[in-house]
Amino acid sequence: MTPTTKLMPVLSATWDQDDSFTLEGYTRNKGYAALKKALKMQPDEVIQLIKDSGLRGRGGAGFPTGNKWGFIPQGDGKEHYLVVNADESEPGTCKDVPLMMANPHVLVEGVIIASYAIRANHAFIYVRGEVVHVVRRLQQAIEDAYKAGHLGKNIGGSGFDLELTLHVGAGAYICGEETALLDSLEGFRGQPRLRPPFPAIAGLYAKPTVVNNVESIASVPAIVANGAEWFSSMGTEKSKGVTLYSLSGHVTHPGQFEAPLGITLRELLEMAGGVRAGHQLKFWTPGGSSTPIFTAEHLDVPLDYEGVSAAGSMLGTKALQIFDETTCIVRAALRWSEFYKHESCGKCTPCREGTWWLVQMLKDLEAGKGTEADLEKLLDVCDNIAGRSFCALADGAVAPIISSLKHFRSEYIAHQTNGGCPFDPVASTIFEKASL
Amino acid sequence: MTPEALTEVEMITVVIDGFEVTVPKGTLVIRAAEKLGIQIPRFCDHPLLSPAGACRQCLVDIEINGRAFPKPQASCTIPVENGMIVKTQLTSPVAEKAQKGIMELLLINHPLDCPVCDKGGECPLQNQAMSNGQGVSRYEGVKRTYEKPVAISSQVLLDRERCVLCARCTRFSEEIAGDPFITLNERGALQQVGIYEKDPFQSYYSGNTVQICPVGALTGASYRFRARPFDLISVDSACEHCASGCAMRTDIRRGKTLRRLAGDDALVNQEWNCDKGRWAFKYLTSRERVAAPMVRGEDGELHETSWPEAIAAVVAGLAGKRAGVLVGGRVTREDAYGYSKFARVALKTNDIDFRARAHSVEEAEFLSSTAISLHTNYLDIDKADQVYLVDFEPEEESPIVFLRIYKQVRKRGISVSTNAPIISSGNHKLKAVRADISSVQLTEKSVILVGERAAETAGTLSAAKALAEKSGAKLAWISRRAGERAALEMGVIGNLLPGGRPVSDAAARVDMATAWGVKDLPTTAGRDTTGILKALSTDKSLGAVIVGGVDPMDISSDALTSLLDSFVVSLEISHSAVTAIADVVLPVAAVVEKRGTFVDWTGKPRSFDKAIADALTRSDVRILSMIADAMGAPINLPTVSATQREIESLGVWDGARASFTLVASSATPTVSGSEAMLYSYRQLLDLGALQMGEENLAGTARASVARISAARATALGVVDGDSVKISSQTGSVTLPVLISEIADEFIWAPRNSVDSQLIPTLGITHGSVTVVKA
Amino acid sequence: MTFTNEQITVMDSIIARYPRERSAIMPLLHYVQSISGYVTPEGIEKIAEKLELATAEVTAVSTFYTQYKNKPVGDYHVGVCVNTLCAVMGGDAIYETVTEHLGIGNHETTSDGKVSIERIECNAACDYAPVVMVNWEFYDNQTPQSVKDLVDGARAGNPPAPTRGPKTLRTWKENSAVLAGLSDGLSGEGVAAGEPSKLGLKISKEKK
Repeated sequence: MTPTTKLMPVLSATWDQDDSFTLEGYTRNKGYAALKKALKMQPDEVIQLIKDSGLRGRGGAGFPTGNKWGFIPQGDGKEHYLVVNADESEPGTCKDVPLMMANPHVLVEGVIIASYAIRANHAFIYVRGEVVHVVRRLQQAIEDAYKAGHLGKNIGGSGFDLELTLHVGAGAYICGEETALLDSLEGFRGQPRLRPPFPAIAGLYAKPTVVNNVESIASVPAIVANGAEWFSSMGTEKSKGVTLYSLSGHVTHPGQFEAPLGITLRELLEMAGGVRAGHQLKFWTPGGSSTPIFTAEHLDVPLDYEGVSAAGSMLGTKALQIFDETTCIVRAALRWSEFYKHESCGKCTPCREGTWWLVQMLKDLEAGKGTEADLEKLLDVCDNIAGRSFCALADGAVAPIISSLKHFRSEYIAHQTNGGCPFDPVASTIFEKASL
Repeated sequence: MTPEALTEVEMITVVIDGFEVTVPKGTLVIRAAEKLGIQIPRFCDHPLLSPAGACRQCLVDIEINGRAFPKPQASCTIPVENGMIVKTQLTSPVAEKAQKGIMELLLINHPLDCPVCDKGGECPLQNQAMSNGQGVSRYEGVKRTYEKPVAISSQVLLDRERCVLCARCTRFSEEIAGDPFITLNERGALQQVGIYEKDPFQSYYSGNTVQICPVGALTGASYRFRARPFDLISVDSACEHCASGCAMRTDIRRGKTLRRLAGDDALVNQEWNCDKGRWAFKYLTSRERVAAPMVRGEDGELHETSWPEAIAAVVAGLAGKRAGVLVGGRVTREDAYGYSKFARVALKTNDIDFRARAHSVEEAEFLSSTAISLHTNYLDIDKADQVYLVDFEPEEESPIVFLRIYKQVRKRGISVSTNAPIISSGNHKLKAVRADISSVQLTEKSVILVGERAAETAGTLSAAKALAEKSGAKLAWISRRAGERAALEMGVIGNLLPGGRPVSDAAARVDMATAWGVKDLPTTAGRDTTGILKALSTDKSLGAVIVGGVDPMDISSDALTSLLDSFVVSLEISHSAVTAIADVVLPVAAVVEKRGTFVDWTGKPRSFDKAIADALTRSDVRILSMIADAMGAPINLPTVSATQREIESLGVWDGARASFTLVASSATPTVSGSEAMLYSYRQLLDLGALQMGEENLAGTARASVARISAARATALGVVDGDSVKISSQTGSVTLPVLISEIADEFIWAPRNSVDSQLIPTLGITHGSVTVVKA
Repeated sequence: MTFTNEQITVMDSIIARYPRERSAIMPLLHYVQSISGYVTPEGIEKIAEKLELATAEVTAVSTFYTQYKNKPVGDYHVGVCVNTLCAVMGGDAIYETVTEHLGIGNHETTSDGKVSIERIECNAACDYAPVVMVNWEFYDNQTPQSVKDLVDGARAGNPPAPTRGPKTLRTWKENSAVLAGLSDGLSGEGVAAGEPSKLGLKISKEKK
C-alpha cells in the first residue's frame, strides 16, 4: 500500500470507545482543546487557517470551506448565522449519521469555532428527522456543552457568546439543498430559493449565513488543533485532507473508511474484503445516487474531486454503493427515479413533471415494454430535464439513467427481448432463499 | 416620474437576439425583451409579483462579457447587466429546444379539456403551446387527476388537474393581498393549490387570482360555463363601487354583462381590483330594475307610463312648491353636474346635498374649503414614511388604497397608525397601531387619509386639517362611494357651485350665472341633507324633493318618513324604499349603459364609455334636462357629451376657497358598567344595494360579529362565539362575540351586514349603547 | 381536543428557541404528533394561532414533509427502506413479506392500531442494509423473518430493541416528542457506533 492510501482515522478515531459520544469521553480524548486555542486567535486568523488547510465542503459540492466563511461581510452590523446541514439523505450517503451518533461533541466544537470565525452568535444544526437516536445524542451534547460553558454567554471567558439550536427536520431530501434548508428552518416549505442573493449575503432571516455540511464542520477542531499544514499534507494537490468513504452494498464488509482524499475503490474494496464471495463488481456510485455510475473500469480512479470529475462523475458525498452482477440496472435506475420523484419539491416543471414521466418510462422498460426508440425518447426527456430545473435535484435524477444507459444499454434492450426483467431479484439479496 | 428621478436610474444596454435595448438597471431580461417586441413564453412570471423561476418556460441563452452561462437561464429571474448578450428561442436552438421541452413537460399532466374549459380562447397555456410547443406529445402514461372542481370559496373554483403550479395565485394572495389563505400544499408531482379545509379563500381580492391564472385552474363561480371569450365584446370601464378609481374591463355578450375584470392602470389599481368591483354587477340585470317611468295613480299604486306623461307629472308636482335635491353616492360627474345645475337653474335653490349619510356643517366647510383642492395620490403613499388613518378603514372602504399601503408596508416597512379605537383585520395586516389624532407624530413625507366617517365626530376634521398644517403631511379625503368627489366638485352641496366656487362669493355666482345664461343664482347657502329632510317634514318650508339614488337607511332610521308628506321624484336604477313612496319614478341608466366619469379620491377623472352600445336607458342628466325643458327653465344638457363639454368649458375657480371654522373636539363620553361606546363601519361586502343578487360574492362576506376587548369579555363572562346583545334607546342587535384588539370602553359591529343593520335597529352608528350577554 | 396549559407552556418554550417565531413551526408539528399521533386540525389551528399564521400556511408546511402524518399511524410505525440499495439487498422482499404478514399496505395501520407500514427512502445507514426503521430507530441488517418477528413483538407490546438506539423501543408519540426537542434522557443508551461504522478504524489499528 502506498502511504497516501493508508487509512487515517481522525473523525472516526474514537468511535470504538463506548462513551465516545459523551462530554466526558470527548474531553478525555482532548475534546474542546481546539476551541480554547481558537478563542485565543483572531476570528480572521481562524478563517485563514481553514483556508490554508484546503478543507473543501464534504456535503458534495466541494467548495472551499474557508472561502465560504470569508464571504461573510464583516462589520456590517447584522446578525450572522451558522447553519450545519445535517440532513444527510442522498442515497448511499451514511457518514454524518454515524459521526453524530458516535461523536456529537466534535460537531458542537466545530460549530463554536466556525461561529466564532464568522462572528455568528446563533448557530443551528438542521438534523434529519428520521434518525431519533442521533437527535438524542445531539440534544444531550448541546445541553452538556452549555453546562460546561462551551456554549452560552462569554464562552471560556473569551467574551464570545453563542446560542446553538438543534432543529429537527421532518422528511424532505430537498432540504439538503442549502437554500431549501434555510426556507425550511425559517418555517416554510423546503423549496430552493432564487440565487442571488447567496446565503453569505442574505441567508437565514435574510442575514449573512454560512451553511456547512456536518463532516466539514466536524473537521475543523482537528485542523485547529493540528494546524493547516497537517491537514493539507494529506490528500492530493487540490483535494486536501482526510475524509470518510462509505462502502455499502454487495461488499463482504461494508462500512466507514476514513482515508486521505485520492484513495481508489480498488484499495477500499480490498480492505472491505472485496465484492461478496462468488460475485463480481458490476457498477457503483462514487458519491451517492446523483453521481453518474461507474463500473469495474473505474476501480483505479483516484477518489478526489478532480479524479472523479475527470472520469465523468462527481465525488459527491463519497458514498460508494457497490452492486454486483446479480443486480438489474433497470431496476436500480427505476428505484432511484422513484426516489427523485418522491423527493422532488414540486416547485419547477422539469423536475416535478420530468421525474413523474421518467418513472413511468422506466417502469415500462423494466416490464419489457420498451423499444430502442423508447430509449432515445428517454434520453431526450432526460436532456429536457437536465440543466433546465431550478436546483440540482433534477440533474441528480437523470444522472443514473444517462450513465446506466451509457454503460448498460444492451441490458435495457434485453428486458424487451426477454419480455420482462431477466434477473432473479432473490439472487441479489443478502439472505438465502430459504429465509424468505 | 420626475426628471430628477429619471437621471438617478442607471441605464443598461443589452443585446437580445441581435438587437440592442437600453433599460433601467434591475430590469429583468424577459421584460427587456418585451421592449423589443420579443415575447419569451412564460407562466409564473408576472410583472407585479416577485420572481419565482418556477415554470422554467422562459429559458434563454445568456452570455455576459463573453462568458456564457453553461445552461439556459430563466429570463424572468435574471436582471440585465452590461455586456449581456441574450439569445431567445428566436436565435438559439438550445433555448428553443429547452422551451419546447418544458412545454411538453407542462402538458403531460394537463387535461385536453380545452373545449369545455372557461379559459379556452384566452388561455396563456393554450396560446403558448401553439406558439412555442411541439404539435404532438410523446407522453403515453397516465395523467394526474383530482376530484374537481373544488370550491375554495363560494366564488372561486379550483380544477387542480389543470394547474401548472406557477404559484401566481399564491404569491398574489400573500404578497399583494396579505391573505395567505391559499397555499401550495403537498410536494413534488402531487403539489397542489389548496386551502385549509375549514378556512376558505375569504379574501376581498380573490378574483385577481382567477384573472392571473395562466390556465383554467381557477375560475369564478358566477362566470363558469357562461361564455366563450370570442363571443364577448370587451369595453374599458371604470368601477362604480368606491372611490379607489379602478380601471375596469366589462365583457358583454348580446347586451348582457357577463364579466368584469380589473383593468390596467399603473398609477391607480395597477392590475388588481377587489371582488366587489369584479363580481357585484348582478344589480344590472336584476328583476328589480325599474323598467319604465312610473307615476303613482289615484289608487296609490305606481303605474308604468310614457316618458312625456311622466315628465309632465313631475312638472305638475313641482309646480308651486319649493323643492330640494338629494343625491346618492353613485352619480357620475356628468350626472352630478346635471343635479347641481338643475337645482340652481330649474329649482332656483341651493338646497342640494350629496351626503346621503352622516354629515355635519364642519364637514361641509371642510369639503368646500379643503377637500375640494386636495390632490394627494397613490404615488404619495408609495413615497410616504407613514400613513395615518382618520376614521378610515382602507380594506373595507377603499380596497385599492389598502393594497397600495400594504405594498409599502411589505416593501419598505412604513408605519401605519389609526385614530380608530380598534385594529381591524385589515389594519392588522398593515401592522397598524392606534394613535390619537392630537398626539401622532408625522412628517412632511407622511400621508393622512381621512374617511367620510370623520364627519360623525365633531372636531375630527378640524383636528385632521390642523395636523396636516402643523406637520406638513399630505392630506387626502376618501369617500366610501365612487360619486362623492365628483359631486363635491360639481357643487352638489349647499355651499358650493361647480368647480369649487363658493356660493357665498358674489363673483363666483356671477361667474356661474354667466356660464349658465341666467340672470342670477340663489345667494344663500343651501341646507344640507338633514336640513332638507327637516324642511320637508317638520317646518314644511320645502314641498318637493328630487331624489337621485339615495337609500334613506344610509341617513337615518326616520329619513324615509321625512319624505312622506312631500312630492317625491325618484331617479333610480332599481326599486327601492324611495321608489316605494315616490310620486314619480324615473328609470336611469346603470354604469355599463352610459358614458360618464367618476372622480377618484385623488381627484383624477376616470372616464368610461357605454359598454352596452344599444342600451336604451338614460343617464340622470338627460332626464333632468328633459324635466328642466318641460319646466321652462332649460339646463341644456341633452347628452352626456354635451355635459362633458360644458363642464370642461367652465374652467377652474381661482378665487378664494370657502371658509372653514375650526370646531373643537368634543370630550369623549365616559362609559361604565354595561355601557360601551359603539364604533362601526361598513364592511366591503355587506347588504349594499349594488351587491344585491350576487350570492357567490355574498358568501365571502366577513361574518357579522361584535368585537370587544378581552377585558370586556371577561367582565361579561363571554368567550368567542357567545352572543351579546347591543341595545340603544330604539332597539337592539344580537351578535356573536369576537375578542379583538379594541379599546376596553368600545364595542364594534358592522354597520350594514346580515343581522347587524345598525341604523334601522339601534338608530345610531356610533355613540353610547349597552352591552349584555345574550 | 383542546391543549392543556402545560402543553401550551411547552409550545411557548419551543417558540422561544428561535430568533423568529415562524421557525418553530416544524418542532411544533412534531410536538402535536407527540400528543395526538398525527397532525390534527386542532394542532394546525393552535400552531397558526401561536405563530400568527393562516391555517393554510401551516397546512402548506405540514403536507410538505413526509414525517408529518395527516391520519393516525400505529404505535410502532415501520419504515422499510426500498431505495435502490436496500431494495436490491432485500428491502423489497422484506416489504412484501411484512405487508403480507400484517395484511396491510403502504401507509396503512393494523386494525389494533399497533403497527403501520411505510415504504421509506434512503435513511443514511446503507452500510447496514437492508434497513428498517421503527419510529425512526435503526433496525440494521434485517431479513424478512427478523421483521416478521419485529412486528409480531410490537403487536404483542414487546418489540425487540433497536440495533443502534435505546434499550427499549419507544412509541411513535414518545419519539415524536424527542423530535420536537424534548429530551427523554435516553441518549446514553445504546452503542456509540455499530460495527460497520468502526470497520475502517479497526482495520487501521490492526495494520499498525
